[in-house]
Amino acid sequence: MECGELLVTVSFCSRASRLRLLRSVMRDTADLAGLDESQTEAMVLAVNEACMNIIQHAYGMNPDGQIDVSVLQEQDALVMRVRDYADAIDVEQVRSRELDDIRPGGLGVYLINSLMDECGFLEPPRGGGNVFQMKLFTREQGEGNDISG
Amino acid sequence: MTFPVEDRQGFSVVLLNGEIDLNNSPDARKVILNNLKKKHHVMVDLSDVAYIDSSGVASLVEGFQYARTNDLEFGLVGVSEAAMSVLRLARLDQVFTIYASLDERLEDGG
Repeated sequence: MECGELLVTVSFCSRASRLRLLRSVMRDTADLAGLDESQTEAMVLAVNEACMNIIQHAYGMNPDGQIDVSVLQEQDALVMRVRDYADAIDVEQVRSRELDDIRPGGLGVYLINSLMDECGFLEPPRGGGNVFQMKLFTREQGEGNDISG
Repeated sequence: MTFPVEDRQGFSVVLLNGEIDLNNSPDARKVILNNLKKKHHVMVDLSDVAYIDSSGVASLVEGFQYARTNDLEFGLVGVSEAAMSVLRLARLDQVFTIYASLDERLEDGG
């Protein structure tokens, strides 16, 4: 394990019915990490959105894909890594929509960007797939993680 | 799952509850759009929503757009803090018509 303390790794199938369980685990993990309520909800929503994107787009709603979510506690941040085993995606195609463009889809990436202090794709792992990392500063560094508006 | 609908004073009030995510937002979308397609004015009650993600928000946006296109009324009532925080993040609190309760809408008179 590289730097940072691994708090939890969760693996689950790419099924929408698993998201509720994931959120439950993420809430408990946030509690273990000492996040306040607002940061906890930000972290839970961002991880949910990232996994939902994988279910919908990377796996195209195929329920048999694997998703791994790992949470690491660093000195000043909580790090969430979400991995899939689908074909490598074109990172340039993953972008937030303009909020003035009122339409049903495309909000997930915007929410992640708004809620997290840092986020982006890591180098594609050996064995294929994609790894998306999100970072939430746990000290007075970030202002992008207050879900209370 | 199915979300209950109450007919109240000219409105179909769709009662969403619990955690609205990719697993049940298609049901929310269906019940909202089905009522709009019957030419009902729709209010979506979010007072018992503990969590909503972008797929749930998308269901609300679809309802809003269908109503606007078809000259029907669509609004949100009793929005819980959990739901409101996500709507604020997406700046949709400035797009949807939001009432504290259906009674407030009825007093408002449209």
